[in-house]
Amino acid sequence: MTIDWSWIGDHTDDLASLTLSHLQAAMTAVFFGLLISLPLAVVAHRVRPLRGFLLGLSNVLFTIPSIAIFVLLLPISGLTRTTTVIGLTVYTLVVLLRNTVEGLDSVPAKTKEAAKAMGTRPLRTLLTVELPLALPVIMAGVRIATVMSISLVSVATYIGDGGLGQLFTDGFQRDFPTPVIVGVVLTILLAVVADALLVALQYVLTPWRRRRA
Amino acid sequence: MFELFKNLGTWLTSGSQWAGQDGIAHRLGEHLQYSLLATLIAAAIGLPLGLLIGHTGKGAFVAINLASFGRALPTVGLVVLVFLAGGLSMLPVYVALVALAVPAIVTNTYAGMTAVDPDVKDAARGQGMRGHQVLLQVELPLALPLIMTGLRLALIQVVATATIAAYVSFGGLGRYVFDGLAQRDLVQVLGGAVLVAVVAVVLDLLLSSLQRFLFRHRTA
Repeated sequence: MTIDWSWIGDHTDDLASLTLSHLQAAMTAVFFGLLISLPLAVVAHRVRPLRGFLLGLSNVLFTIPSIAIFVLLLPISGLTRTTTVIGLTVYTLVVLLRNTVEGLDSVPAKTKEAAKAMGTRPLRTLLTVELPLALPVIMAGVRIATVMSISLVSVATYIGDGGLGQLFTDGFQRDFPTPVIVGVVLTILLAVVADALLVALQYVLTPWRRRRA
Repeated sequence: MFELFKNLGTWLTSGSQWAGQDGIAHRLGEHLQYSLLATLIAAAIGLPLGLLIGHTGKGAFVAINLASFGRALPTVGLVVLVFLAGGLSMLPVYVALVALAVPAIVTNTYAGMTAVDPDVKDAARGQGMRGHQVLLQVELPLALPLIMTGLRLALIQVVATATIAAYVSFGGLGRYVFDGLAQRDLVQVLGGAVLVAVVAVVLDLLLSSLQRFLFRHRTA
């Protein structure tokens, strides 16, 4: 199996746009995943009876195969980017929800009491005390969700999307390994770079953790 | 929409759909066979690796990073790649499924091993237990719940992904998804997807209740 280097040279523009579209699908999914799971996690954290239900529900959603989710969405959103993003978002929920709830749980009760004693209102406590302290655990979830989404985007190639995944179908149909190898390498690179950027973002967002460790 | 679900119901419940070589029963058997074999192979690789890293504390950094690297590996690409390199056989499917399952098994086994109270290990050593005795008689039993969770996660992911066998012309429940996509037969595609989802969810429920039954005497 040899790599046809000239193919890569001839297709740099295509590769760049596929990588960009791949990244865009994954990022949009993580964004919507956070948008949905943050409020749900706050609810699950505060209302105990709902906690088991919400976490259980996201677990069941996670067991549904990705290809099945994409396919099940076809009657609703068709062969579009929307289907890809909805499917990926569903997958991010389980990680994001669980980690956000665990992050909120990890905030010491004394800290919350101190905030209350200082007259901080509940919403303000949530935004300025609890969420920042929960951030490391939430970010761990965001990292897993991002890497997972980047790897999963290629599954959407079966419904005509899939970013770099299109290189797999292309190589498979033409019995031509180069695009497949390039696709695999770019996907992993994208995941590694995105993960490193998130680590850097966490470092910037949590200045109080730097003195320790 | 309603018509679609009615057709889907008919597809899933008609007797002829369940019988024969292309029947659901046969495809279901194939699907389970691929998934179980791949998970077994992955366990044979991942369990000793996770136990060893957890026991010695060596190579943890490499293993954990390899595992997250493995998570980024696109399964579709891997199947196609091994297929193009090695030709038409079940090998690509198993390679991809095993590669998918090993990280989950290694990370959970390792996590289970690190969660074992160091005092307990010290006590075991203090009683004169040797390294392998501590590993097999103390660490392994204590880490078992998390190890089981890892195996369960791996199996569920493999079941979900074994759909891919059909992409390189083999059987399993993915047959309906890919044949349906090729024939623009949405009912068949949805039927296949629903079946895979049901198998994954049912297996997950079965294994988690088995886990609860096995560890019912543990408090933590």
